[in-house]
Amino acid sequence: MEMASLLNYTTFLPLLGALILLMIPKTEEVLIKSWAFFVTLTTFLLSLPLFHNFDGSRSSIQFETIKSWIPSIGAGYHVGLDGISILLYLLTTFMMPLAVLSSWSAIQNRVKEYMLAMLVLETGMLGVFISLDLLLFYIFWETMLIPMYLLIGVWGGPRRIYAAIKFVLYTMVGSVLMLVAILYLYFLHYNFTGVYTFDLLQIYTIDIPFGLQLWLFLAFALAFAIKVPMFPFHTWLPDAHVEAPTAGSVILAGILLKMGTYGFLRFNLPLFPEASVHFAPLFLVLAVIGILYGAWISMVQRDIKKLVAYSSVSHLGFVMLGVFAFTVPSMQGGLIQMINHGLSTGALFLAVGMIYERRHTREIREFGGVTRVMPVFATLFLIVCLSSLGLPGTNGFVGEFLILVGSFQVVPAFAVLATVGIIFAAVYLLWMFRRVMFGPLTREENKNLVDLNGREVATLLPIIVFIFWIGFYPRTFLDKTEATISRLAGTMEKARAELHLEKQAPYWKYLVWKGNP
Amino acid sequence: MESFVWYIPILPLTGAIINGLFGRVLKDKAGWIASLSVLGAFGLSIQAFLLVREGITFDGNLFDWIVAGNFHTSFGVLVDELSVIMMLIVTGVGFLIHVYSNGYMHGDPGIARYFAYLNLFIFSMLLLVMGNNLLLLYLGWEGVGLCSYLLIGFWYQKPSAAKAGLKAFITNRVGDFGFAIGIFIIFKAIGTIYYSQIFQQTEELLAAGVLTAATLLLFVGATGKSAQFPLHVWLPDAMEGPTPVSALIHAATMVTAGVYMVARFSPLYSLSEVAMAVVVIIGTFTALFAATMALVNNDIKRVLAYSTISQLGYMFIGVGVGAYAAGIFHLMTHAFFKALLFLGAGSVMHALAEETNIQKMGGLYSRIKITAVTFIVAWLAISGIPPFSGFFSKDEILAKAYAYHPLIWVLGTLGALLTAFYMSRLVFLTFFGKSRVEPEREHHIHESPPVMTVPLIILAVLAAVGGFVGVPEVLGGHNHFGKFLEPVFAQAEANLHLAHVSHTVEYGLMAASVLMGLLGIGLAYLMYIKASISPVTLADRFRKVYRLLSNKYYVDEIYQKLVIDPIVSFSRWLWHAVDEGIVDGIVNLSGRLMLLFGLILRRVQTGYVQNYAALFVLGTLILLAYYLLS
Repeated sequence: MEMASLLNYTTFLPLLGALILLMIPKTEEVLIKSWAFFVTLTTFLLSLPLFHNFDGSRSSIQFETIKSWIPSIGAGYHVGLDGISILLYLLTTFMMPLAVLSSWSAIQNRVKEYMLAMLVLETGMLGVFISLDLLLFYIFWETMLIPMYLLIGVWGGPRRIYAAIKFVLYTMVGSVLMLVAILYLYFLHYNFTGVYTFDLLQIYTIDIPFGLQLWLFLAFALAFAIKVPMFPFHTWLPDAHVEAPTAGSVILAGILLKMGTYGFLRFNLPLFPEASVHFAPLFLVLAVIGILYGAWISMVQRDIKKLVAYSSVSHLGFVMLGVFAFTVPSMQGGLIQMINHGLSTGALFLAVGMIYERRHTREIREFGGVTRVMPVFATLFLIVCLSSLGLPGTNGFVGEFLILVGSFQVVPAFAVLATVGIIFAAVYLLWMFRRVMFGPLTREENKNLVDLNGREVATLLPIIVFIFWIGFYPRTFLDKTEATISRLAGTMEKARAELHLEKQAPYWKYLVWKGNP
Repeated sequence: MESFVWYIPILPLTGAIINGLFGRVLKDKAGWIASLSVLGAFGLSIQAFLLVREGITFDGNLFDWIVAGNFHTSFGVLVDELSVIMMLIVTGVGFLIHVYSNGYMHGDPGIARYFAYLNLFIFSMLLLVMGNNLLLLYLGWEGVGLCSYLLIGFWYQKPSAAKAGLKAFITNRVGDFGFAIGIFIIFKAIGTIYYSQIFQQTEELLAAGVLTAATLLLFVGATGKSAQFPLHVWLPDAMEGPTPVSALIHAATMVTAGVYMVARFSPLYSLSEVAMAVVVIIGTFTALFAATMALVNNDIKRVLAYSTISQLGYMFIGVGVGAYAAGIFHLMTHAFFKALLFLGAGSVMHALAEETNIQKMGGLYSRIKITAVTFIVAWLAISGIPPFSGFFSKDEILAKAYAYHPLIWVLGTLGALLTAFYMSRLVFLTFFGKSRVEPEREHHIHESPPVMTVPLIILAVLAAVGGFVGVPEVLGGHNHFGKFLEPVFAQAEANLHLAHVSHTVEYGLMAASVLMGLLGIGLAYLMYIKASISPVTLADRFRKVYRLLSNKYYVDEIYQKLVIDPIVSFSRWLWHAVDEGIVDGIVNLSGRLMLLFGLILRRVQTGYVQNYAALFVLGTLILLAYYLLS
């Protein structure tokens, strides 16, 4: 099959699966779950040829489809993959079957609706990563909010409504500004060329004046910074995670957060390179604050899930540091770190879910000595923790190291501060591990905990394979991103040079629309 | 050579994987699989050694590891004179300790897990010493740290063991922070992390003005791994692990990684007087500092732990003053006698049902003779009594230290006195005098099985005669060891202008240090055998000093109060006051404000037509007024 159409089929397969799911009676829960698993697994298998055939030495868009969609306003169905999106696309198709598996016994009511939400969500997420048309992108971006809102709000914990509303409203605040910026770009492109289009690749080509770039950059950046989430826009995250069901957390941490960092690479940097250079110091500062702040707050958490949630703030800080250092190693490291965070934090949430399902608590002090009754779990959990704290030989190290070595070349002080964060990553994870897994098994409730069953091992094991694969042979993945990132780094290099030449127009000038710039 | 060197690390890795996956089925067989895999690695290391002796070294890559932009690193090994010595020590001593563990860990339900970790350790340690670039060194470096963490906390149900493992890992991470920055600096300056390329570009590093910074930062990593002041605090606690682990990881091999690293980077260290001075000062200080703490400790393993810290200090003096071969020589002899001491201690504990308090031992010599005799050999070796191995290696370091600065020699020799004293105290209290063993343990005393005593005997032979490979010229020897290592350190030696001491002076120094050793032994004899000086009254008279020493200079307490507590309180404050209070407060406040606006504006939407009409009229009037007045 031609790869471009395979990409389309793969993307919409979960939605098709959801439609078929509608026909399955509500009471056939096993069938519903099996069907959802089958669909997500097939989606993953179908996405493998995409990865295999993707040529990492080309920086252009591959597997491209350009179809007219709403011709009257110049919106098109333009999709494809490049080095920025290929890994994230695969991460999504990979994590979804695991998320479905993890919900097998955890979700007891409204199973059908739950699986529907999961499948719709998957198409929404995949759509975000392949869209090369701003309107299409925006639609997928918003589509994905709804199932996620339901996942938290319906199947969540006691404070689920608060968390779900906070999640949606917070994201909306950012997205609305982004929509304004998208429309602005749309009209700007018309002013430059006389053509109305939302096509990203065409909008890339217009040379946006620096002062204007600054505003548009900020509008996009706010949407993405909330999604990442960057300090200080992160407080929706712990609430959403704590309340979300396990699979919700896995998807939220594993994939949804990546849309923020992805957005920076896909939109902010290439569309507004000079503005990106201009604002880089601010984002570097926020990234480093996020790394340390997230790590410190993680360290003193009492709830394991909240600890993992705050650790995401820290880990995503590394990604942002890599992105805004603009060097090839740091940005490639950033991309790999997005994948790593998806795998490791996803696995951490899975692990937390497994003990929560047994004990119905996530309070650290409720545990202790669990290794004795759950040795298999202990081993897998430890590997996941080690990967999350960036032990060499695991995926986490490859990402963090590239980010640090790359950013040290241009912003050494930030890299050094970020390296401090690595010390604390070991502290909060292993300290938690000691209190939960080591020590004497004192509590009665913990003495009868049963070790992982086959299904649970099967959810964690694939992730562990990738933890070591990326840890020891990351070239499989790094090579796919090389050309695209090199080109982006070139763009940023040029922008850095030009920024010094360009007269820096005051921002406020662009607050008022002045027609043709 | 390239065809087989890869198998040296791969063999123990295979052992680790087999034991890790099938341990539950293998049970006691796990130990033999693990031991054989290390024996195989040892055999191949000997083959590598024979090739290296003929002048054939190997530097090659197996496969690329991390490649991104201008950054490049690979799984590549460098087998030269230095690494092959390290490989022999790691696999040789490692094998003996594996064998010993079969006896020591017999019957432990976690035996397969134990051997999986132990094999994984050998694998990581081999990567550390064999790697041909800094990142592979770092991989091994953190890998051995992980194994150390896992093995210290092997009996995870013991809270103290779990705590000690965590402490070791975190302390090492602090050191590794410096190490990582060192790597970043080198890469930024010259764009490579391969040894061969770094050593060709030492001038560029100097020109970039980063050589001293880079070497010092790498040394921060070494202070962590090799337990030098101020990051030494984890090693005494690491004694919570099984005793063979203390022998292998926390005495013979892993903790010497820092010494290896400095020796490996001798082409850089030799170019920075500041870096050399720092290494020497930290080494000297730690050698004395740790020795004083060993004087008063009553735990057989902890005394040995402080002794290890102290001996590592001597090795750093060696590699710091530019006597690289001497430093590595001492690393080797120390591996023999310290592994022997720990295994001997394990055998004693085995005999006494896990008793570790030397005040509750005594008179064991006749009861466990093999253990006692081998222990005594190691004691003489560490005390620097000729012709035992420690004498040659320590003296070579001290002679070179004298040439560097006489004060270092004075302090080092003082340390030798302390060493001889605390080791003699340990030996006398354990094996001689009257038995102070608790009655319920008394009947239990027995010599260990051959699987444990044979490694002791082999190590005792090595500790006794191991020094003869490096007999200095002044004693009519040829120093084969130093000559063998010459090619590795040639570049560094060209940078240095080491002063030579005359043979007469060297004889004098040697005599002085032997005398110090004998003095230490004699003093301990008077105190603990003859009882002509009472240790109790002595402790009483110098109560403050005694308290200071037995509380380990309060370093742990200081770290707790000045570092850990403030960070934890700060983090709590950050969480509650800043995150929940301010950052999230603003978010919720904006939500509430919207609600408030809604409540106010709702009043406008009354639903009564007359209200809307009234507003409509009012608006029209205002607009009219505006246009009419303007």
